[in-house]
Amino acid sequence: MSTYRMHLLVCGGTGCQASESKQLVENLQAQVLMAGMGNEVQVVTTGCFGFCEKGPIVKVLPDNIFYVEVKPDDAEEIVNEHVMKGRPVSRLLFTEPSRNEKISEHKEMPFYKKQVRIALRNCGFIDPENIDEYISVDGYQALGKVLTEMTPEALIVLMKKSGLRGRGGGGFPTGLKWEAASKNQADVKYIVCNADEGDPGAFMDRSILEGDPHTVLEAMAIAGYATGARYGYIYIRAEYPLAVHRLEVAIEQAMEMGLLGENIFGTDFSFDIVIKYGAGAFVCGEETALIHSIEGERGEPTNKPPFPAESGLWGKPTSVNNVETFANVPPIILNGAEWFASIGSEKSKGTKVFALAGKVNNVGLVEVPMGIALREIIFDIGGGIKDGKKYKAVQTGGPSGGCIPEAGLDTPIDYENLTRIGSMMGSGGMIVMDEDDCMVNVAKFYLEFTCDESCGKCTPCRVGNRRLYETLTRITEGKGTMEDLETMKELGPIIKDTALCGLGQTSPNPVLSTMKYFWDEYVAHVVDKKCPAGVCTALLSYYILPDKCIGCTACKRVCPVSCISGEVKKIHEIDQSRCIKCGACHTACKFSAIVKK
Amino acid sequence: MAIKSLDELKSLRDKLKTDINVRSSGEIESNTRVIVGMATCGIAAGARPVFAAMVDEARILEMHNVTFIQSGCMGACHSEPTVEIRFPGKDPILYGNVTAELGREIIRKHVRAGELVQNLIIGRPFETV
Repeated sequence: MSTYRMHLLVCGGTGCQASESKQLVENLQAQVLMAGMGNEVQVVTTGCFGFCEKGPIVKVLPDNIFYVEVKPDDAEEIVNEHVMKGRPVSRLLFTEPSRNEKISEHKEMPFYKKQVRIALRNCGFIDPENIDEYISVDGYQALGKVLTEMTPEALIVLMKKSGLRGRGGGGFPTGLKWEAASKNQADVKYIVCNADEGDPGAFMDRSILEGDPHTVLEAMAIAGYATGARYGYIYIRAEYPLAVHRLEVAIEQAMEMGLLGENIFGTDFSFDIVIKYGAGAFVCGEETALIHSIEGERGEPTNKPPFPAESGLWGKPTSVNNVETFANVPPIILNGAEWFASIGSEKSKGTKVFALAGKVNNVGLVEVPMGIALREIIFDIGGGIKDGKKYKAVQTGGPSGGCIPEAGLDTPIDYENLTRIGSMMGSGGMIVMDEDDCMVNVAKFYLEFTCDESCGKCTPCRVGNRRLYETLTRITEGKGTMEDLETMKELGPIIKDTALCGLGQTSPNPVLSTMKYFWDEYVAHVVDKKCPAGVCTALLSYYILPDKCIGCTACKRVCPVSCISGEVKKIHEIDQSRCIKCGACHTACKFSAIVKK
Repeated sequence: MAIKSLDELKSLRDKLKTDINVRSSGEIESNTRVIVGMATCGIAAGARPVFAAMVDEARILEMHNVTFIQSGCMGACHSEPTVEIRFPGKDPILYGNVTAELGREIIRKHVRAGELVQNLIIGRPFETV
């Protein structure tokens, strides 16, 4: 056996694979072999590093050199220069935009400096398709510890003490959920892993499953031991093929080693896991709808109580927990409840993974301690707003969440605080918006999503959300009235109070929170018939500034409806009655002579 | 191979840990650093087999607190292959004309037992600012 002196870790997450990281791995392997270093250097495909903005990522260890945006053709230079001669390839290093200097080590990068990785601890460090690597980083030790040293009761006490709460959105204490399922007697019980990640822009569950699938399997078995469940289901959307594949590989490997299956660690505890595919309906992230979907029924929620802990899958006690929640469980058992409870804020312990997206410089996956300010996430880790524009709002919690304006940026993030300022934790999607985003249009976008995804079972959600959407559409078309705004203010809370499940109970949030924080923008649409951000096409017009137009005819040539008139070197003019407001002239003009207002 | 007890899992982990230690070793400040000059001059003089032999020796002796790093040219081209040993907080020592066998000796005597391999020392590397 040879010991590799150097490891080249290449991100094999969905994002980086889309940028040819698979080809990059093959090229690196070929180059290493060609250099005759096949037994000195190991090329490893890992899970997501989180820094998706700059993927594909290659990390060279133990040198700790972090390469970004690596192309398959760069493999030769990395091997010949760095691996062979110890000279890092500086053109592939990350350039810190604020100081314009190259940074070679990831821990020096602002993106990683403030992160604390618990759920993502192995993502970007181990090969997810190799159980040996998971075992070498203490994998399955937590399961071994609970099975041989702890009673289910003691395990539940430990989980309660840790303060871990559900990471899927609701924030229900995990220990309490397990306790409820353990107290209900039945011949068979189930553990369900909710991997039906539906919030637009959120991809932390996918990344955990792709980067560290064994941790989820291990935690499910631990939950099985705590609650007395014999079987586990992973409900995952079929549109996550890579995550599904890695789960299948992981389950097979764990079964082979006896870490799942019958009589684990020689005890009388047995646990099996089955993967169940979802078709990608948003409502199936709701636990009762999810359970019905597994049973082969329509994915519709039902009233709670009875809670799944009493009567869940096939009418048996069931505990439904989210992927990220599970990923936190093994470290809690190995490091202790006190360790976990020492991280985070008073009521929200530990860390949370956020999917940072939108108009922010460093798009990616970040794991931060609870209680960190939004400002730190967006401006320190996220690197601020793209193209030096002005921050307007951040949308958290997906379609169920709300928009948080500048004034809320210093709020310490935890479950309670986000709810207090009109948004929610949700699964951790975080979409940053700048001055060019119209808040009415944003609210309309989310309502369109919830209307599409509403299962239609209860009236408030099916009809109420549709009415909200229609009203918003009217407003963006310049046909809204002040009465419309009042109606929405009244209708929103009614939907929230009367809808059957979490989808309807939260879907008016985007409208209500934008009305609360950006009221002036709504009034501008309704009274002045103007869209201040210049997004709603019905409310804006393009004009040519006579003093700036040099008569180059560029706009005239690109106009698809030929509504621009003017001769060479003479001032041009737009015929407003025929303009379709496509903006092509605005983009084509090199002299900033065309404005929209 | 099925695992039947927690002890079996623990011993498997300890065995596998050696392979993955390389990844985290660069982050551990307290590790002893073994730096091999691998510029053109070093490679031409046979630095690669030296490097491989030293890594191998550390593995055989189950030494986990060592980080192996390659460097560019250290300027001592006349005495390649060169190996620099850095204990945390101590002045580095530079060895020259190292062969695979001598590399193993450096690991055994200097890195493990703390005794200098006197006849190979070519001096202290330049001061870094």
